Amino acid sequence: MGIGTALALAGAASAALFAGVGSAIGVGRGGQAAAGVVTEDPNKFSQVLILQLLPGTQGIYGLLIAFIALSRLGVMSGSPADLSVGTGLMYFFACAPMAFVGLVSAMQQAKASVASIGLVAKRPDQFGKSMIFPAMVETYAILALLVSILAINGIPS
Amino acid sequence: MSVLPMKRISVIGLRKDRKAILETIQRSEAVEIDMTPLSGAGEDIFTKIDVSSSSQIFTKNADSAEKALEIINTAAPEKTSLLSSFEGRREMSVEDFTSNVSRREAIMKDVQDILRLEKELIQAKADIPKIQTQIEALSPWLTLDLPLSYKGTKKTAVFIGSFSDAVTEESITVRLSELAPEADCDVNVIYTSNEISSAVIVCMKKDADAVDNALRHMNFSRPPASDIVPSKLQEQYENDIKDCDRKIEEINGMLAGYAEERDDIRFIRDYYTMRADKYEVIGALEQSDRTFLLSGFIPAAAAPALEEKISSRFDACVEITDPGENEDVPVALSNNGFAAPVEGVIESYSMPGKGELDPTMPVAVFYYFMFGMMLSDFAYGLLMTVATALILKKFKNMEAGMKRSMKMFCYCGIGTMFSGILFGSYFGDAPTVVAKLFFGKDFVIPPLYVDPISNSMKVLVFSFAIGIIHLFAGLILNMYQAIKQGRIVDAVSDSLFWMLLVGGLILYGMTTDMVVNMFPGALTKLPAPVGTIGAVFAVIGAAGILVMGGRDSRNWGKRLAKGAYALYGVTGYLSDILSYSRLLALGLATSVISTVFNSMGQMVSENLVHSNILGALIGVILFLVIFLIGHGLNMAINALGAYVHANRLQFVEFFGKFYNGGGRKFEPFAVKTKYFKIKED
Repeated sequence: MGIGTALALAGAASAALFAGVGSAIGVGRGGQAAAGVVTEDPNKFSQVLILQLLPGTQGIYGLLIAFIALSRLGVMSGSPADLSVGTGLMYFFACAPMAFVGLVSAMQQAKASVASIGLVAKRPDQFGKSMIFPAMVETYAILALLVSILAINGIPS
Repeated sequence: MSVLPMKRISVIGLRKDRKAILETIQRSEAVEIDMTPLSGAGEDIFTKIDVSSSSQIFTKNADSAEKALEIINTAAPEKTSLLSSFEGRREMSVEDFTSNVSRREAIMKDVQDILRLEKELIQAKADIPKIQTQIEALSPWLTLDLPLSYKGTKKTAVFIGSFSDAVTEESITVRLSELAPEADCDVNVIYTSNEISSAVIVCMKKDADAVDNALRHMNFSRPPASDIVPSKLQEQYENDIKDCDRKIEEINGMLAGYAEERDDIRFIRDYYTMRADKYEVIGALEQSDRTFLLSGFIPAAAAPALEEKISSRFDACVEITDPGENEDVPVALSNNGFAAPVEGVIESYSMPGKGELDPTMPVAVFYYFMFGMMLSDFAYGLLMTVATALILKKFKNMEAGMKRSMKMFCYCGIGTMFSGILFGSYFGDAPTVVAKLFFGKDFVIPPLYVDPISNSMKVLVFSFAIGIIHLFAGLILNMYQAIKQGRIVDAVSDSLFWMLLVGGLILYGMTTDMVVNMFPGALTKLPAPVGTIGAVFAVIGAAGILVMGGRDSRNWGKRLAKGAYALYGVTGYLSDILSYSRLLALGLATSVISTVFNSMGQMVSENLVHSNILGALIGVILFLVIFLIGHGLNMAINALGAYVHANRLQFVEFFGKFYNGGGRKFEPFAVKTKYFKIKED
């Protein structure tokens, strides 16, 4: 097994790793704000829960990229392909957008989520709008996800 | 698909009929009372009555009842099922209502009793730590067999007290002989620690003053006076705590006893809320000595029935007029059963503003479909539809808002089933995995369109196509709206030119190698003449926007500059279309994660299934556990994502093209109860 395979694996792992870290931080921050609102008004639980979960999707996208890469590498079936360094690097860079945009966008989305939780606490009738602000940030995670998927699918095997 | 036309209703009636007329209107739930004060003619005859004091009493009673319910619930929690939130308000017949109203004094007394008991409970709970502090303060004195206020015998004086540091009998004796050399003292230290030392000092009565003085210099402090020996006192305190505990238990028991009367208290809460609402309206009425004047908004369709009802039963004059041009008319929507469930989505954005059309129907069509594409699994959709349909069937009494959401998710489930068939996803690739694992057969349900995992390019182009249709639908609605309002120039320059430009560019792009190669295997190159037509369209559109984009400026230089800036907005369309790639991305997320869980189940149980019967059984169970947890999680998270992003695509991309909102929701004067619904005859 050569460096190429290791690089490809590092790429796949980093997509799940960084996006997962970002989402963990994001959902954690959202949870703190949400818990604060629920102490005052337990009836808002379902609304703030949705807002808390919004930065959680990056972790799922990271998992998605990792899974696509791992299955293409043959790691899932237990017989990883031996790749050249060039191909390995291709996988690595293909996974990079999801890894980094996932990390940063989840953390930034958490800020919008926390603010929206504050909005719902004061004006529960504005829930529909409050959901949109964090969802705007997520667009960039989705674009990164798309680029990563297309790039991995485009690597000649 | 429409905004209900509104009329203004004005009623002049006799004051003696006031209550009855108001109740008729409240029950009809069709009129929003206008609270703005009267101006112009009649201003000096009519005045408003101040009802704030009685309205406050009713609100306070309702709040007390609500609080009493909470107290009972802490003492005796009510068993509620998971589905109880769907139940809605219970029905109450008019007879029950009247008989309950006659008992309102008695029920309110119970409410007051509950609140009083709660106060006692809090008091008892607060007493315990207080007594515990006293017991702690007693600890330095426990070995003493004299009461703390003991002063001495006939010949001797006794000083009981403490020093605020650690002392010994010698150190005190030495200090005392320095400060009061003539006195002869017997010093007993009975307790010592770093913070406090307690001592008993005995001397002859004649020396008492000198010793007292000396002790004062040594910061000797007296304990709180008490005629009881400390150990006895401690016992007393402990009994007090036991008393408090007993009392708490007793009060809790009494509160739990009120659990039977929960429904009465709920009723009284609703009753006083209704009365408070009514008084608020009475406060808004213009009244003279004998008459009153009421004005409000009513949907045109409901107006004749109510007019007939009021004028036939009472000596009142009802007038239905068209609202004035500048009046702040509230907005109510009316849609068929297919579209009405997404009214909640529209409401959470904003109601249609003046002259705007009701976007519910087009939103519904796209919403169900896009939600479906993002969840995109036949089995998940089926579960959603069946679950919501069952809930809707079982809980007929559900509140309107809840019912609306349930119906919406029911339709979204149908959309999800549809796209599950389109992309061949049934719990991901579960049919294939199960057939292979348990029956050793190769079995695939082929997708109706394509498999998104191996053909993501095709689905991406499909998503963009949906997006383009969505955006054009928005532009067409914008055009329709402008034409309907007679703004033909706006319709052409704000909608038609953009459709020509964007549509033309897309057609032209599809004839170039650059664009076609970007989506390998997913896009067929169009013949060159189509490209020419597209280019012509685009140029006409661009020229039109350049000339008309800044048409509000008189100066032609300024106008063209503004037009050029408007033309730059074409980049916005690019990002709008790209935004629809989330349809692919979220759909892929669902199917890939289901595949992950399916293959996890497969890996865990693969070897077991092929060993022996017991192994096979364990294998099946393990597979099922992973399957249930995995798909449960996946469905929940992706349904949330689909919901949020289906909303986003409507609010940002679709509404951005034609819809501003800003209308005020129609809030009729109605019976706003929480627990009971009074059944009309």
